[in-house]
Amino acid sequence: MSEAHATAADTGTPESTRVRHGKLVSQVITLAHGGGGKAMRDLIDDVFISAFDNPALNTLEDQARFQLSDLARLGDRLALTTDSYVIDPVFFPGGDIGKLSICGTVNDLAVGGATPLYLTCGMIIEEGMPVETLRKIVASMASTARQAGVQIVTGDTKVVERGSCDKIFINTAGVGVIKQDYQLGAHLAQPGDVILVNGFLGDHGAAILNARGDMNLSSPVESDCAPLQGLIQAVLTAAPGTRFIRDATRGGIASVLNEIAQSSKVAIEIEESRTPLRKEVKGFCEILGLDPLYLANEGKIVVVVPEAEQDAALSAMRAHEFGEEATSIGQVLTGGVAGRVHMQTGFGGKRIVDMLVGEQLPRIC
Amino acid sequence: MKYVDEFRDPEKAKILINEIEALAETLHSRWQRPIRIMEVCGGHTHSIFRYGIENLLPESIELIHGPGCPVCVLPMGRVDDCVQIAERPEVIFTTFGDAMRVPGSKKSLLEAKANGADVRMVYSPMDALSLARKNPDREVVFFGLGFETTMPSTALTILQAEAEGITNFSLFCNHITIIPTVKAVLDSPDMQLDGFLGPGHVSMVIGNDPYAFIATHYHKPVVVAGFEPLDILQSLWMVLKQLESDEAKIENQYSRIVPEGGNDVALQAIGKVFRLREFFEWRGLGSIDHSGVQLTDAYLAYDAETKFNVKSIAVADPKSCQCGEVLKGVIKPWDCKVFGKACTPETPMGALMVSSEGACAAYYQYGDLKKLNVRLEVEEEVAVA
Amino acid sequence: MCLGIPGKIVHIVDHELQLGMVDVGGIQREVNLSCVAEDDQKLESYLDEWVLVHVGFAMSVIDEDEAQATLGVLNELGEMQEELTAMREGAS
Repeated sequence: MSEAHATAADTGTPESTRVRHGKLVSQVITLAHGGGGKAMRDLIDDVFISAFDNPALNTLEDQARFQLSDLARLGDRLALTTDSYVIDPVFFPGGDIGKLSICGTVNDLAVGGATPLYLTCGMIIEEGMPVETLRKIVASMASTARQAGVQIVTGDTKVVERGSCDKIFINTAGVGVIKQDYQLGAHLAQPGDVILVNGFLGDHGAAILNARGDMNLSSPVESDCAPLQGLIQAVLTAAPGTRFIRDATRGGIASVLNEIAQSSKVAIEIEESRTPLRKEVKGFCEILGLDPLYLANEGKIVVVVPEAEQDAALSAMRAHEFGEEATSIGQVLTGGVAGRVHMQTGFGGKRIVDMLVGEQLPRIC
Repeated sequence: MKYVDEFRDPEKAKILINEIEALAETLHSRWQRPIRIMEVCGGHTHSIFRYGIENLLPESIELIHGPGCPVCVLPMGRVDDCVQIAERPEVIFTTFGDAMRVPGSKKSLLEAKANGADVRMVYSPMDALSLARKNPDREVVFFGLGFETTMPSTALTILQAEAEGITNFSLFCNHITIIPTVKAVLDSPDMQLDGFLGPGHVSMVIGNDPYAFIATHYHKPVVVAGFEPLDILQSLWMVLKQLESDEAKIENQYSRIVPEGGNDVALQAIGKVFRLREFFEWRGLGSIDHSGVQLTDAYLAYDAETKFNVKSIAVADPKSCQCGEVLKGVIKPWDCKVFGKACTPETPMGALMVSSEGACAAYYQYGDLKKLNVRLEVEEEVAVA
Repeated sequence: MCLGIPGKIVHIVDHELQLGMVDVGGIQREVNLSCVAEDDQKLESYLDEWVLVHVGFAMSVIDEDEAQATLGVLNELGEMQEELTAMREGAS
């Protein structure tokens, strides 16, 4: 079954004449809800369409259609990205898989300088999921999409047998348009540039690891999951010479910094004392022997700007709700070993910050 | 954080560095060779790299990163045993996180988990016991490893299981003891060490007396050290002061945590539950007499080796590995033939590349910037080849 | 080896099992206190004490005086260095 949401009831009829009154009666998702019949149509109508409600989706065609001229007014290049979201637990402090699946894709578009516009939504649901749970996830997607100014315009739903997936997997692809002036790339960092971040690091990683409960810790840390297109546009407007922006998701800021150093063939130095960390994330890392530089973020970006634009970029970030704690953490060095990142430790020493090997595991011994 | 931040103060570090530089200069001009100090404990190795301490020290001081990482020294045969137990359908195999990646001869616990074994990460052996309570129809096995620091927690958990009459809980015991290992290092003919940083957290359990022989028999200074960067610098300074005045005694820098006599409750629990093994195999160092413990006969019901009839088959370390020589300070990590080539953190061959506390992995990942070029050369060689 | 971290005992969870809640920088964890609790002392007397926690067990009560003494040595050392520098500068 590869139909879009639209195809379950796709009769080619225009929206105005199609009667949409599907009401989902069952309490749990069963294989029938992915079977292409009435149950599936009801699911799509009652859960997805009603929540995502927008003109492109409501036509219920096999594909969403856009006027090229509308897009061209916004810039000269299209940005296209996709990401799949699998997370345990599905609901966590500070968010849920639905919010995550919108923020992640919106941010992946925005960091390239694109204005995010349209998202797709592909879902793989494990049979047995309560319909209420699905509604909550979908409602979270819808409200985050509104917050991010994007529309979910087409989608696909599959239901798989129990055990074939972990509750729910979501894929969202996104399209955005990049303005003429923006030229961002990991290879563009130059000696003297400064490295900025928009706030506390490691919150998402610490929140998720804790929410899994294996370590039996009680922690107030919430995921920082947030759509950053507004913040990023503010930075690009204030600091048009910005070289590069990347969201520091899996692998943490350490991975992003290494990518910049390698692509731009430069050495980067960061300062531990300027790295913003919540006291609780520090405590969490101390207990489990983790390095916060490698913890995932879902609402944090690394921004490389020419030194002359540092203040403008920081003011723009700090004026935004997702950038109040924005700060500069280091710089691109003149000289040094190309491709290397090192950290001036708070203690006065220096150490290399390398890419993470495998998953970071709690270090107890 | 209290008792943490004040021991990471860079201003106080400068004071210590001044003192260390002066003493190192005196000793270096007296001896005309580097001063070689071993930190026995992997926790110290980790701190030294994490805070970039080697870069603060004068070049005349060489730190030799010792054998005190229980994850690193786990021999392949024992990991194979773990996997064998973990793959039994009735078993929930519980382990500390850092032991999951240690390679066995066929696979690691992480790979066994990927293949369907029920392997779970725990923070404490007590959490493993809770799992046994909650899953009475399953066999919960705890992978006990670590030095004397960790032994009491395992021992107390066994005693708790006994008190509650929990029978579906057992221990795969790989606890090791530090003293015979330090002795083995000291007895090795190519040993070239001037002094030791003693393992602070082991000492809070066993006290300071057990190290006395290092001072009396081998005439090497030992300073029992804490794990914050200032603790390490202060301890190095104390070792250098002893060397400068030609003394060899046991000093305790970590007195806020380490009582001279250790911890009675912990020692009693260890004494009740464990007895010494005749010998235990160490990755990189081979077999060392009396260096491991096992459950006493009274607690054999909690012994996973007995319960699951594990037939430990020793697996030899790869021949090309030179971990033993690195551990003893005979060669530096990058002098090893396979360092950075066949042996990397992704595909570790030797003990010291396995965990971030291992000297080789620490050099490879955190690097000492002065020595970074060596690694880059190695990488270039690999790229050319 | 042996990751240990200082934390403060904030409340007693279970007297029989000798469990207490320990706070490390705002993160809390249930910790076994039997290695630090003296037989004749009520567990409550350990409230607000700082302990060194290793794999869920409090292994040592942190001695504040000793901690201050350790830092005191460094302060004295610093003062001595300053005096020396001042003397050298005065002499030159």
